[in-house]
Amino acid sequence: MSIPMPRSKAAVAVVLALASLAAAPLTASAKTLVYCSEGSPENFTPAINTTGTSFDAARPVYDKLTQFTRGSTTVEPGLAESWTVSPDAKVFTFKLRKGVKFHAGVNGFNPTREFNADDVLFSFERQWKADHPYAKVSGGKYDYFADMGLSDDVQSIEKVDAMTVKLTLKKPNVTMLANLAMDFAAIHSAEYADMLAKAGKKEQFDQVPVGTGAFSFVAYQKDAVIRYKANKDYWGEKALVDDLVYAITPDPTARYSKLKAGECQFVIAPRPADLPEMQKDGALHVINQSGLNIAYWAFNTQKPPFDKKEVRQALSMAIDKAAIIKDVYLGAGQAAKNLIPPTLWSYNDAVKDYPFDQAKAKDMLAKAGVKTPLDIDLWYMPVQRPYNPNAKRIAEMMQADLAKVGVNAKLVTYEWGEYRKRMQQGEHTTGMLGWTGDNGDPDNFFFLRGCDAARPGGQNLAKWCNKAFDERLEKARTLADVKERTKLYQEMQQIEKDDAPDFKIAHSVVYEVMRKEVTGYKQSPFGSHQFNGVDVK
Amino acid sequence: MFRFLLRRLALTIPTFIALMFVTFAAIRMVPGDPVEVRVGERGISPERLAVFRHELGLDQSVWKQFLDYVVQLLHGDFGTSLSTNQKVLTEFAALFPATIELSLAGMLFAVILGIPAGTIAAARRGTVFDQTLMGLSVTGYSMPIFWWGLLLIMFVAERWGLTPVSGRIDLIKYYFDPVTGFMVIDAWLSGQVGAVKDALHHLVLPAIVLGTIPLAVIARMTRSAMLDVLNEDYVRTARAKGLPAWRVIGLHALRNALIPVITIIGLQVGTLMAGAVLTETIFSWPGVGKWLIESISRRDYPALQGGVMLISSIVILVNLLVDLTYGLINPRIRHG
Repeated sequence: MSIPMPRSKAAVAVVLALASLAAAPLTASAKTLVYCSEGSPENFTPAINTTGTSFDAARPVYDKLTQFTRGSTTVEPGLAESWTVSPDAKVFTFKLRKGVKFHAGVNGFNPTREFNADDVLFSFERQWKADHPYAKVSGGKYDYFADMGLSDDVQSIEKVDAMTVKLTLKKPNVTMLANLAMDFAAIHSAEYADMLAKAGKKEQFDQVPVGTGAFSFVAYQKDAVIRYKANKDYWGEKALVDDLVYAITPDPTARYSKLKAGECQFVIAPRPADLPEMQKDGALHVINQSGLNIAYWAFNTQKPPFDKKEVRQALSMAIDKAAIIKDVYLGAGQAAKNLIPPTLWSYNDAVKDYPFDQAKAKDMLAKAGVKTPLDIDLWYMPVQRPYNPNAKRIAEMMQADLAKVGVNAKLVTYEWGEYRKRMQQGEHTTGMLGWTGDNGDPDNFFFLRGCDAARPGGQNLAKWCNKAFDERLEKARTLADVKERTKLYQEMQQIEKDDAPDFKIAHSVVYEVMRKEVTGYKQSPFGSHQFNGVDVK
Repeated sequence: MFRFLLRRLALTIPTFIALMFVTFAAIRMVPGDPVEVRVGERGISPERLAVFRHELGLDQSVWKQFLDYVVQLLHGDFGTSLSTNQKVLTEFAALFPATIELSLAGMLFAVILGIPAGTIAAARRGTVFDQTLMGLSVTGYSMPIFWWGLLLIMFVAERWGLTPVSGRIDLIKYYFDPVTGFMVIDAWLSGQVGAVKDALHHLVLPAIVLGTIPLAVIARMTRSAMLDVLNEDYVRTARAKGLPAWRVIGLHALRNALIPVITIIGLQVGTLMAGAVLTETIFSWPGVGKWLIESISRRDYPALQGGVMLISSIVILVNLLVDLTYGLINPRIRHG
């Protein structure tokens, strides 16, 4: 049986062949790190992607103007070696790093010049300007650029000289430096884009990536493997292995088996049930960290009786949080008391969580004038999320707890898209959701309780608007001083705790497992994976 | 023969129309559209949602979308994947050889073991061998593929170290460009020492897992067909003539018994495709099964519609070929 091979120039096979022309054949003696990744990337341009899998696949290849220090949320210089911010936090001037080379030999591309301001302008203007020659390539959806407010907030991006770029915003936003360290802000080669445009092969730009990163792209076979090789000319923390291989293995049980058999050296997202055995295995090294996320149960403060603070506080005391962490998260969760996880700067550890006290909860409900039995609805997500492994099970446990204080909770769910839409419209009385942080800035979490997001369709699912909280949120956006911002955010956490617009459930704990011979790996609070500086002994 | 072929081909037209409609309608009945699935917790402004839905044609009436889809198909265009922006046919063609390779290996395993086992069971009807075989056959047929795959990985690959856990080749030792997409052939073309053996080694477990249900079906079908044939007059005559047992069973009886077995083998192609979805997931096998599952979760309408249409066409084609094969096996059934 023969299958017609399409003649399209973009045919995957052709791309693979082109991409691999430059690849030196692997030899058994070369040092190779095999990462059993969980899926195939959509493509290799982070700006048009939204999934962690795709970002992970592009990360070895690219750099950004700013970057997160490996294993932390601290922003450090990347392709911009320094920058200045105007006092009004609107103008950012970046001095670019000299002598940085783009990968040579990938897809027949041999750069004639080093990295400069043209590459920065190309990378941002593609996402910003609808009439850019590459704007519509590969579907042209730049979700993160829009979501982080850049499409609306950017006034201009200018080339001051070959090694200086000026970014001007319409309104102050000090979180911009962290935003620019996100994957969507990866810097591409304008020269490579020109070469492909001239050859009529623009679509290859997002399939065969060329960047300045620690590894250069070698080949990709969908659902099977991605290969990279070390970039010997890299300006930053170098790759310590010769070859990096992503062996695409979606099933967590298969990933564990391959890890044990030595077919790969690093895996993510192990099944919680496998963790005890993994931790006992002398050949493996299990690491974990509180994820940059939060799972919460929001009370719709615009609907009675949840417009009363006392009712919200009472229900916050009615739920046995420890039981949820133990039975649903199976150890892969940490009880949450604030909206931000403890790994994020400005976390206020002095905040006291509501105790689990059903007698007091009952008493408070009575004092608030709530007649029991009280009928409410409790929405739960129909899907598993990184911060919530089983929303239905949590809802059932909450339902049982609530019954004990005289509250009849009716469990409600919808299809995932419909669920979010209806909750954002405020149709629920109480409901679960969560959030995964993007850029390591507390603002990226606290906006979820801002007044602006409390509008119908907004992401403040408690529909809670507290002036004291909101004023601090807005003010913090204009301050460059981290100490001042920290103070405001810590006050906001106390204000929120007192007013109880939601019940914080947990921050998931993210586990990653590697073989003992892997050294130098640092777990990222963002849940991303980075392999420069990692060695195999 | 030619008229038979034309008649059969004509009969496939309504099947294709029904298929087009069912695949188109089924994916749209699943709540959530591609834009909303992509968005996540972040949400999307109504204006941006409207723009994206318009670009994808999702703001048109369902009938208009269906008509556009049919016109597109008639032009041989299976559309462009919403998640990767690659042509559906391109992605399918890159992944399908892996599925064929796995299916062929699974079928080979099922046929090589199933036909002799069924034949021996029939020849020794009522013996312990017969009863054990039929017992095993029921077990094999009712075994969940996922569980069976994991069990084999745990014991054969992990504990005893007899085969690799998953994948198609040792990624550290061997690296060559795909030429045909069939790993065994590409390994051979690469000329790298040990590559073919390694590729075959990787095929063993997935082929066993995928071939188990067809093996059970083929063994049972062969046994029952053989039992019917063994009671025929011509078999008795052959025996009376003093022919050795292997000739009577192997030539006279088996050749006639194989007709229903071949029909079953043809029908098993559908089972193989369905089984491939699970087998490919367990063994990280980069075929179309895994691709289709991902397309469902991403609500990638074009990829799913195109993929189902292409696979269905292949199943229909194989069944047509099976019908034509009857004549080769038994000259009495020649299509005039």
